[in-house]
Amino acid sequence: MALTESFDAPKLYFSSRTRWQPVEIVFWLATLLPFALFPDYLILASQIAITALFALSLDLILGYAGIVSLGHAAFFGVGAYAAGLLSKYGWGEPITGLVVAATAAGIVGYATSFVICRFRHLALIMLTLGFGLMLEELANSAGWLTGGFDGLQGIHTWKLLGYFEFDLYGYVAYAYSLVVLFVLFVFARRLIHSPFGLSLRGIRENYVRMPAIGAPSRAHIRTIYTISAAMAGIAGALLAQTTETLSLDSLGFERSAELLVILVLGGAGRLYGGLVGAMIYMIARDRFSGIEPQYWYFWIGVLLVTVVMVLPNGILGGLAKLSARWSRP
Amino acid sequence: MTAPALATRGLAKRFGSLVVAEDIAIELPAGVRYALIGPNGAGKTTLINLMTGMLRPDAGAIFLGEGEITALPPDERVRRGLVRTYQINSLFPHLTVLESVTLVVCERRRVAQTWWRQLAAYSHEIDEAYEILAALTLGPACHRVTRELPYGQQRLLEIALALATRPKVLLLDEPAAGVPREESKDLFAAIAGLSRDITVLFIEHDMDLVFRFASRVIVMVGGRVLVEGTPAEIASDPRVRAVYLGKGHRDGALQRSLSGLAP
Repeated sequence: MALTESFDAPKLYFSSRTRWQPVEIVFWLATLLPFALFPDYLILASQIAITALFALSLDLILGYAGIVSLGHAAFFGVGAYAAGLLSKYGWGEPITGLVVAATAAGIVGYATSFVICRFRHLALIMLTLGFGLMLEELANSAGWLTGGFDGLQGIHTWKLLGYFEFDLYGYVAYAYSLVVLFVLFVFARRLIHSPFGLSLRGIRENYVRMPAIGAPSRAHIRTIYTISAAMAGIAGALLAQTTETLSLDSLGFERSAELLVILVLGGAGRLYGGLVGAMIYMIARDRFSGIEPQYWYFWIGVLLVTVVMVLPNGILGGLAKLSARWSRP
Repeated sequence: MTAPALATRGLAKRFGSLVVAEDIAIELPAGVRYALIGPNGAGKTTLINLMTGMLRPDAGAIFLGEGEITALPPDERVRRGLVRTYQINSLFPHLTVLESVTLVVCERRRVAQTWWRQLAAYSHEIDEAYEILAALTLGPACHRVTRELPYGQQRLLEIALALATRPKVLLLDEPAAGVPREESKDLFAAIAGLSRDITVLFIEHDMDLVFRFASRVIVMVGGRVLVEGTPAEIASDPRVRAVYLGKGHRDGALQRSLSGLAP
């Protein structure tokens, strides 16, 4: 009896970590509420879902592999412009648009990953920032292609699956963004519970030890950086397709910085952190900018300082601590 | 004649004008338990860093079995069977004990690049990790988070991580550093119990442990190998005595051990 116990328990631990928790199911069911309760806010809900996907892509590299990036909007922008240009030049089918965007962003991510995988910490911040700025100015100077400062005009997204027209209220936009978010979330969730995901956590926990256990850290980093870039590209494509407008700030520094804020706010390395962070940040921004159109960044600053001081592991980190204390007798 | 498990030839390294390794030629026959001793700053850890590829030598060559590994990156040397542990714990603080060792097993079995299958499906890997832990008495602690482990168990985990790579040659940098005396005996008992297929070289300052667990001893001084021999030969070697006696009270433990062992 003791024998079977000792041999099964190790495996049980891993399978219990993989199982969907009730709170997760509740969370995803709750994402359907806006359709019924807030039909006037579906456009906002769609943008939240897109930002959540973007934050999830950053979480894969920052929260799991410990790669800090201040230039992740570059991949968002590449995906957005890839999908936008595809549509402008005659192919507005949304799903293939996503595939093209993911491929384009993935290629740029793969190319830069060879530099990224050689550095850590502060150097990474500078590098990703540098890549981001380069791309932003390239897009700005290539006005003939990107529309430059005026933005890309003439995007038209075809009916989803040839049937659902993108409406003004955002019903289709939100449903589309939410389904893509969910599918890629399931993918990310599988990934972090795989042997590869465990190796990523090893890189985050102790980068120096990894070669001493025979792990090719750089190859791992190149893989996850490419996957993350492709995912960010899909988020960018969703924005271009659902809003049918596109400007340079989709790949600007501010968007990268904002994304980092969102992930830190929600809690990095927890999958749901980026989702919760996106929700709180976007709703707060919507409210604050309504009350104080000029100074709303002040309140975002207050929110950020408070969260970092009171909850160093983000909102989800704080909740996890609270529930751990609660479940203990 | 079979090749030694690990050998170096003319290994040299300097930092500016400071010579940390000079003309180091050693040969470790397979299965032998070697101790590497010497005063602080003799270059013992540097030698481990050179052999495992953490440092690049200025000159010389390193051989693992038949093959030369001088130019290989550290992770490739590990995959060929040359593995080290660290004097200061170098663990994965927020992973559980079992996760840490499973990570190493997955890397060794080359499944660490797969992201479409769940970890729970890799029962061979998990079982193997658990068996390694159980053999080192870490079985009951396998679901604990590494940073919450008592220090002595962290030292054992340090060794478990190395063993999970299935090493041919294991380099242990002061495995019992910071562990109370009574516990360090248990730790060395675990090391002594390792399979004879593994060649072991350990750095240790406690001469009782050195003379009990090593079948041969290498003495380093000032970046050079001073002498190599059986514990008894080392204990009676006048050069070794001169080095340690000249240093006064700081290596009193060795003095005592040497005078106790000398004929």
